[in-house]
Amino acid sequence: MSVTIKDVDKIAQLAKLKFKENEKVKLQSELNKILEYIDQLNELNLDNIEPLENINETENVLRKDEIEIWLTNEEALRNAPSKTGKFFKVPKVLDK
Amino acid sequence: MIGLEIHAQMKTNTKAFCRCSTDFHSSPNSNVCPVCLGYPGCLPVLNEKLIEFTIKMGIATNCTIRSNSIFARKNYFYPDLTKGYQITQFDTPLCYEGHINIKLKNKETKKIGITRIHIEEDAGKSIHDFHDDETLIDFNRCGVPLIEIVSEPDMNSTDEAHQYLSKIKQTLIYLEINDGNMEEGSLRCDANISLRLKGTETLGTRTEIKNLNSFKNVSDAIEAEIKRQTSVLESGEKVSYHTMTYNAKDKTTAATRTKEEAHDYRYFPEPDLVKLKISEDWLRKVADNLPEFPDKRRDRFMKDYFLPESDSEEITHDRKFADYFENVAVNLSDKNERSFRTASNIVRAEVRKVMNEKKIGINEFPLPAKAIAMIADSVNSGKVSITASKEIFTLMLSGKSEEEMLSIFRESEKNLSIVSDTSEIESIVKKIIDTNPEETQRYKSGEKKLAGFFVGKVMQESKGKANPKIVNELLIKLLEV
Repeated sequence: MSVTIKDVDKIAQLAKLKFKENEKVKLQSELNKILEYIDQLNELNLDNIEPLENINETENVLRKDEIEIWLTNEEALRNAPSKTGKFFKVPKVLDK
Repeated sequence: MIGLEIHAQMKTNTKAFCRCSTDFHSSPNSNVCPVCLGYPGCLPVLNEKLIEFTIKMGIATNCTIRSNSIFARKNYFYPDLTKGYQITQFDTPLCYEGHINIKLKNKETKKIGITRIHIEEDAGKSIHDFHDDETLIDFNRCGVPLIEIVSEPDMNSTDEAHQYLSKIKQTLIYLEINDGNMEEGSLRCDANISLRLKGTETLGTRTEIKNLNSFKNVSDAIEAEIKRQTSVLESGEKVSYHTMTYNAKDKTTAATRTKEEAHDYRYFPEPDLVKLKISEDWLRKVADNLPEFPDKRRDRFMKDYFLPESDSEEITHDRKFADYFENVAVNLSDKNERSFRTASNIVRAEVRKVMNEKKIGINEFPLPAKAIAMIADSVNSGKVSITASKEIFTLMLSGKSEEEMLSIFRESEKNLSIVSDTSEIESIVKKIIDTNPEETQRYKSGEKKLAGFFVGKVMQESKGKANPKIVNELLIKLLEV
């Protein structure tokens, strides 16, 4: 299994990133190296071994359904690059 | 074939993974915190109530509750999704393989399979029409807990889809885990539709209509999409997979312009949340606290209160309304078929009428259940006529306090009570005969159907208080001399 430039393009598109052609070639080889490593792992016999879904072995970390006020509207908007009134503002998006 | 995916907002106080309020009416971007705003380094913590609510729905829809489940990240970019991913459940939905029964038009029952019910979080709200090239975003809804109820493609008509949605909505409201408000978006529906040619086994390619926010839109959109797919097939072409949107104005469906290849959500286990384990003990605790489900309650009302199925269905459709009726029933002095039926008639007709007129729920209905029981008792014991009972009901509504209502009841019951005093009725009957000589003559010469005319006049004169049986007897006696 090896990564093609087309794969790099697709992943970049999904991540909303843009690369120059030479960067894509570099990424292609890096991604292939990662996959080689995965292939190595695939050599291990993992029959009857449950996948480790979380490094943390605990379970049921839950909280009560009680409201706590964290931020005011002003605080929430303080770091926003663009805002109007009480709203965050972004370039027009359509087509969800 | 039709399958529905229903998103129901859970009526918790706080969001799924943080302590922000879920209040729909709060001012924009006031119910937000670093977790739901997607700040780096924040950790989500699961809302216990959300799990309890989801289990309730699972049990109510005959699902198996998974003892070990995990959460997953669904990755996509959209400005209303702060983190760049939605926390959801992927291959381990909390509830799976259930079903509900729906009533068809021909009165038969049909079982509709439920594939899964899983937990996920909602996204923020975008406001597109504010400006030509800018979009405003309110993150109050971001992180609000939802459950997604996915049905099997078991429905074959818009009517079945409607019945199914209605049953799911009723169940959610009975469990008090969702407010059923489709307008405010706390209940939303996506419909999957695929056609199968008559006489063949294979299903055509399905399409999915997104975001249907009313019963009417669900029915109309499914109808429109069936039409569209039929005409595609009839012209010899194939239906291709699309996400569709429904336009309620011209009642048509159209494919969205979204590129299908962009739908690659790259699900993976959510590393910020630990495993969710539902113990037998927990499950039992939730199950022990469930209300009686609507179908069961309907059957019990038929048995306990001798009500016909349609009346029982009508009363038990809404949990609070059914509670009210049971309160009336408890307060009746005679507990027999006749008195339960009288109570049921008053509740279904008079109480419902006032609720509709004033657009209020049963909780805001002013008369206590005890008052309805008193009126029903009064009818059953023969003290007042049904006509008079309606008047008493209306008069009592003007009472400002329970005490005042009771005194109105006592007074109007006395004023309107049925007159069985023969001499008093006889004088009214005589008066009516005397003042209508023409009709009297016609009756005497054989026009017997005029009896109804006389009964009506007497009842009118007595303001509905005369005992109809005595009126009849006296009329015959006096007219046929």
